[in-house]
Amino acid sequence: MNIDLNLKIGGAAGQGLQTTGMALAKTLKESGFHVFATQYYLSRVRGGHNTFQIRISDSSVYAMTEDVDLLLALDPDSIEQHLSEVRDGVVIVDADVIEVKDPSNMIFHVPMLKIAKDVCGDKIYSNSVSMGSIIGLLCLELSDLEKVLTLSFKKKGEDIIQKNIDAARAGYNYVKDNYPGGCKFAVSEPKEKEGMMLVNGNQAVGLGALAAGVQFLAAYPMTPSTGVMTYVAANADKFNVVVEQAEDEIAALNMVLGASFAGARSMTTTSGGGFSLMAEALGLASITETPSVIFLCQRPGPATGLPTMTEQGDLQFVLNAAQGEFPRCILAPGTPADCFYLTAEAFNIADKYQIPVFVLSDQYLADSLFTLPKFDTSKVTVERHLLSDQELRTKKEEYKRYKLTPMGISPRALPGQEGVLVVADSDEHDEFGHINEDPDNRIKMNDKRMNKLEVLREEMPAPKIYGKQDASITLIGWGSTYGPLAEVVDQLNEKGKSVNLVHFTHIHPLPIEHVRRSLSKAKRTVCVENNSTGQFARLLKVDADIDVTEKVLRYDGKPFSPEFILNALKEKEVI
Amino acid sequence: MVSIEDYGKFETAWCPGCGNFGILKAIKQALVNLGKEPSEVLIASGIGQSSKLPHYLKCNAFNGLHGRSLPPATGAKVANHELTVLAVTGDGDCYGEGGNHFLHTVRRNPDITMIVHDNQIYGLTKGQASPTSEVGMKTKVQTHGVFNMPLNPLSLAISLDCSFVSRGYAGNIPHLTGLIEKAIQHKGLSLVDVLQPCVSFNKLNTFKWYSERVYEMEDTGYELDDRVKAFERSLEWGDEIPLGVFYVNEKPSFEDHQEVLRSGPLYRNVPRTEMVNELMDGLI
Repeated sequence: MNIDLNLKIGGAAGQGLQTTGMALAKTLKESGFHVFATQYYLSRVRGGHNTFQIRISDSSVYAMTEDVDLLLALDPDSIEQHLSEVRDGVVIVDADVIEVKDPSNMIFHVPMLKIAKDVCGDKIYSNSVSMGSIIGLLCLELSDLEKVLTLSFKKKGEDIIQKNIDAARAGYNYVKDNYPGGCKFAVSEPKEKEGMMLVNGNQAVGLGALAAGVQFLAAYPMTPSTGVMTYVAANADKFNVVVEQAEDEIAALNMVLGASFAGARSMTTTSGGGFSLMAEALGLASITETPSVIFLCQRPGPATGLPTMTEQGDLQFVLNAAQGEFPRCILAPGTPADCFYLTAEAFNIADKYQIPVFVLSDQYLADSLFTLPKFDTSKVTVERHLLSDQELRTKKEEYKRYKLTPMGISPRALPGQEGVLVVADSDEHDEFGHINEDPDNRIKMNDKRMNKLEVLREEMPAPKIYGKQDASITLIGWGSTYGPLAEVVDQLNEKGKSVNLVHFTHIHPLPIEHVRRSLSKAKRTVCVENNSTGQFARLLKVDADIDVTEKVLRYDGKPFSPEFILNALKEKEVI
Repeated sequence: MVSIEDYGKFETAWCPGCGNFGILKAIKQALVNLGKEPSEVLIASGIGQSSKLPHYLKCNAFNGLHGRSLPPATGAKVANHELTVLAVTGDGDCYGEGGNHFLHTVRRNPDITMIVHDNQIYGLTKGQASPTSEVGMKTKVQTHGVFNMPLNPLSLAISLDCSFVSRGYAGNIPHLTGLIEKAIQHKGLSLVDVLQPCVSFNKLNTFKWYSERVYEMEDTGYELDDRVKAFERSLEWGDEIPLGVFYVNEKPSFEDHQEVLRSGPLYRNVPRTEMVNELMDGLI
C-alpha cells in the first residue's frame, strides 16, 4: 500500500454530510483509487453529530483505520471529538462559522460560506466548495469531481450543475493559493482505472437476491436492514418482484411463507428486534418445510439498543430462536462479494433443503462502501428443486408432501399443480401433511427434519484461510470482521510475525470435520468478535469441541479497526 | 363436473352438534356450486377448532399459526393468483391474536374470502372469553363475568372500508352457502362472519338463542356501497340479528395493483440473473 489516506467529514444531521461524502467517495473511485467508506452516527443527545469517513488507497482496502489525515469539520463537535484523531494531518474548517478555541497549526481556515455566497450567490453551495478544497489538498485534478457533480445534479438542470462546479473550483483554487503545506497530501492518481463498483453490503445483498430471482419480499422497515428492502423495491418492476411492507414482522415472515408455499422465491429483511417477532414463524417455516430466506442485519441490543450502530450480538439468538428443535442454516458474509454470492446461495439451500436460511450481516457491513469489481452473475445458479407437472403425471401413488425419504428431503409440489393436493400444517403431521399425534410418527417426522441438517452439514464448505497455512498465531473471525482481520494479518506478517486468519462465512450447520482440519495445526487461537461474550467461540466449543486460546471482543457499538485488534493482541500479550 | 363427493369425507375432532359442521357443509357446497376443483382451492387457517377445517375436506391447505391465517393467505394469493384462496379462522384467532393482520389485510384488500367461525368463546382452550363474548358472560377465567366490550367485526370491517362485509349463521346452511358463493365471487377481501354455536362451552349463545334472533335481510333498504348506512345497520344486535350482505365496495384488489401479475402468476416468472449486470454497471 503506497497510498493510504483517511478523510473524515463531521457534521450535524441535515448538513448534507452524506451527499458530500458520497460525492467525494465517487470522485476518488472515479480517479482510480480503492475506496472504503463508513458512516457513523453518534449519540443523538449530543446534537446528532455524524461522520462520514473515506479511506483511499492504491490497492484494495476492506477496513477503516483510526488515524485521520484530513478532517472536514462542519460543526463544533467535529473539532471537539475528532481533533485528537488527526496526527500530522489537517483540519479544514470555516472559522467564520465555527469558533476555533484552540488554533493550532493543523487548523486550516477555508471560508466556505463566504466563497459560496461570493461565487454563486448562495451559501447552499458551500458543500461543493468543501469538496473542491479537499480535492485541492490532495493535489488531484478537478475533472473527476466535475464529472460526479454533473451526474449528481443532472435532474436539477444546467444552471445548478454549473454553480456547483464553480463553487468546487473556487474551493479548489482557494486551497491551492492559501494552504501553507502545499502538496503535503498529494496522492498520485493510479494509472489503471479498473471500472470498479462502489457498493455497500446491503446493496450487494439486494443484487444477490435479484440475481437469485427473488419474486416476493415482505418486510417491516428496521435499521440497519432497510437498505435491502428499498434496493429491491427500487428494482422490483424490472425484475418482476412484488415487495410488500407488512404491518409487522410477524406478518412479514408469515406472508413470505405463504408466498413460498405457493411457489414464489421469497425473503424477508429485518434486524434483531424485528426477528424477535418472527421467531414463531421461524418454527412454522421449519415444521412446514417451507423455503425462506431471512436477511438479518444486526445492531446492538437488547430491545432498541443502539439503533444505528453495529454488533455481532445475535448469533446465539438466531441459532436457538423459537420453541422446539429444527433445522436452519446461517450464512454470514464478510465482504460485499460474500453478500452477493451467499444471498444467492441462501435461496438454493432454502429450496433444496426446504428450510429457513439466514443471511446474517450487521450495520458495519450493511452501510460501508467498498470498491469492488463487478460480481460474476455466471456463478449464480437458480435451483428450485420442484416437481414438474410432467413428473407428477407419471407418479402412481397419491402425492405426499412429507414423504419419508433417506435424506429427509421430500419431493416438493405446489398447490394448484394438477392432480395433487398440498397440505402444510404447523401441527406435527403425517406424510400427507395432516395432523398426527402418534408417537412413532412424531419420531419419524422429527428425524426426517433433523436429518436434513446433517446432509446439509456435509455440503457446507471449509472456512477460508487467509495468510499462510502454518502460523504461530491464528485469528478466528466470522462475518463482517473479515476486512480488519485480514489487514491485521498483513501488517503483522510484514513485520515478521507468523499470523493467519481462519474466517467463517458458513456458520450453521458447522462443517465440523473441515473446521477441525482447519484449526488442527493452529498453535495459538484468538477469536475476534463484535460482541461481549464470544458467541462464535461458544459455538466452536459446543459443536466442534474446540477451545480458543484468547478472545478479543468489542461491544461499544463500533466496528473493529486494525488498530483496535492490534492493541488488544498486545494487551493480551499475544504479539 | 365437480361434485360434493370430490371434496371427500373425513373424521373430525369436533364435538357432536358443533356449529362447525354447518360451516364445513356450506363451504363445500359453495365450492361445488361455483365449479371449483379441490386442486384450485387453497384454504389457509390459523389455530382453533375452526382452523382444523381444511383437514376435513380435500383441498390445498396451509394450517399455520394462531392468529396468522391472513398473512400466508395473502402471500400465497400474490404468488399464484389463479388459486381460489379462503382464510378460515375464528373469533379468537382473527379478532384477538390476529387483530392487527385483520386491520391491515382489510386495507390491503387481497382477493381472499375470510370465513370467521364466530362462536363468541374460546373452544380449543376450553371456554375462556373471546373478543366477541358478551359483557357479563361468566367463564373460568372471567369469574365475575366479561367486563370488556365485545368487538363488532362487521362495524369494524365497514369502518375500514372492507370491500365485502357479510354475516351468516351456521344453523342456516342454504343461506350461508349463498353468502360464501357471493364472497368467493367478489373480487377483493370479503368477510363472512359466521355466528356459530359452541355446544360445549358457550351456554349463552346457543342454537336456540341464535335461532330466535337471526333473520335474513331481504332488502337492506340502502345501496350496498353506502358505508354510513351499512355501518348503522351493522350495529343492530340483540333481539333482532340481521344476516346477509351488509356492505360492498368494488375497488382494485391488492393483486390488481401489482403490474407484474398481469402476464401470469408471479411464481412462474423466469429469473433475470443477467440483468443484474446492468444494475452493477450503474454502480461503476
